[in-house]
Amino acid sequence: MSLNPPEIAPGEAAAIAARTAARAADEGIAEVSYALLDAPVGRLVLAATSRGLVRIAYELENGGLDAVLERIARRLSPRIVEAPARLDGARRELQEYFDGERREFGVALDFALAGGGFARRVLHAAIEIPFGATSSYREIAGAAGSPNAYRAAGNALGANPLPIVVPCHRVLASGGGLGGYTGGLERKRLLLGVEGRDAG
Amino acid sequence: MRTLPPFQRFLDEHREDVLRFLVASVGRPDADDAFQETFLSALRAYDRLAPDSNLRAWVLTIAHRKALDVHRARERRPLPVADLHERAEPVAGARARDGGGTGGEHWEGVRALPSRQRAVLTLRYAAGLTHAEIAAALGCSTEAARRAASDGLKTLREETTDVVEPT
Repeated sequence: MSLNPPEIAPGEAAAIAARTAARAADEGIAEVSYALLDAPVGRLVLAATSRGLVRIAYELENGGLDAVLERIARRLSPRIVEAPARLDGARRELQEYFDGERREFGVALDFALAGGGFARRVLHAAIEIPFGATSSYREIAGAAGSPNAYRAAGNALGANPLPIVVPCHRVLASGGGLGGYTGGLERKRLLLGVEGRDAG
Repeated sequence: MRTLPPFQRFLDEHREDVLRFLVASVGRPDADDAFQETFLSALRAYDRLAPDSNLRAWVLTIAHRKALDVHRARERRPLPVADLHERAEPVAGARARDGGGTGGEHWEGVRALPSRQRAVLTLRYAAGLTHAEIAAALGCSTEAARRAASDGLKTLREETTDVVEPT
């Protein structure tokens, strides 16, 4: 008989780690909490700071969970834990939206991952587009203060860190085309469909 | 430029090593709290850490300090008899899960050793750190860590007849 490492039951360390992560989030020691949500648009990574929801990422379009978390670690803080309870509000609102039971989001937002100045004004302009309505890149650029900067507006919408809740999918090309989408055009069509708009 | 992994990944990667070390060092009933304290301390210091640090040795060094806290608290407040009875059951249950006592009683023997010998043997044989990493964790020389390990194993061998020195 020798001095072997003590055996631990399968899942035992994972369960204690989950309790530790929840405590880290609740006590404010972690700066970012995240959770996953299976949605009709594919799996979403939701992340929040103490100020509010800071990131909604289409997991597959963004290189997977690790890549999403690494980007948040570089830009905000590496103090990130999986704490699903901290995202309960956001998950419930998104679920209701996809179930056709919610037209507006009430969850607090943190724009720390959105660019500054014009990019941020573009996202704020997009929030004003009501459920079921659409706008154009030119209109959004105008609402953000620079009517001619519609390409820059498109770029800002493409880099939207909070898609769905900041409804950049409601911004279409002036000629009536779909334009682009941060999560791929299939998802843009699906979201417009959720809102009762048939978008080709 | 290298950056630190998101904390959750660091936690997932090292949670089993830390739990094994703490079960060996403080026993199962106290391991849960010590585990949480270890990773909460690590999280508080996490973004001040150099990205090329030896994360495994770092978190086990923190776990070692939390284990010391548990042992010091025990020395200050000996357990009342009623407490001992309450504690007896989970420990016995854990040992049964370990497969009828393989090694369980040896770790109990290790827990009764002087502080440095206990630290060296748990970091070496429950956590798998090298003597150099252990020396860094304890702030002693590699030679002193080696000597404490050999003294500890010698004491264990004298107390039990069936301990074979691990290779």
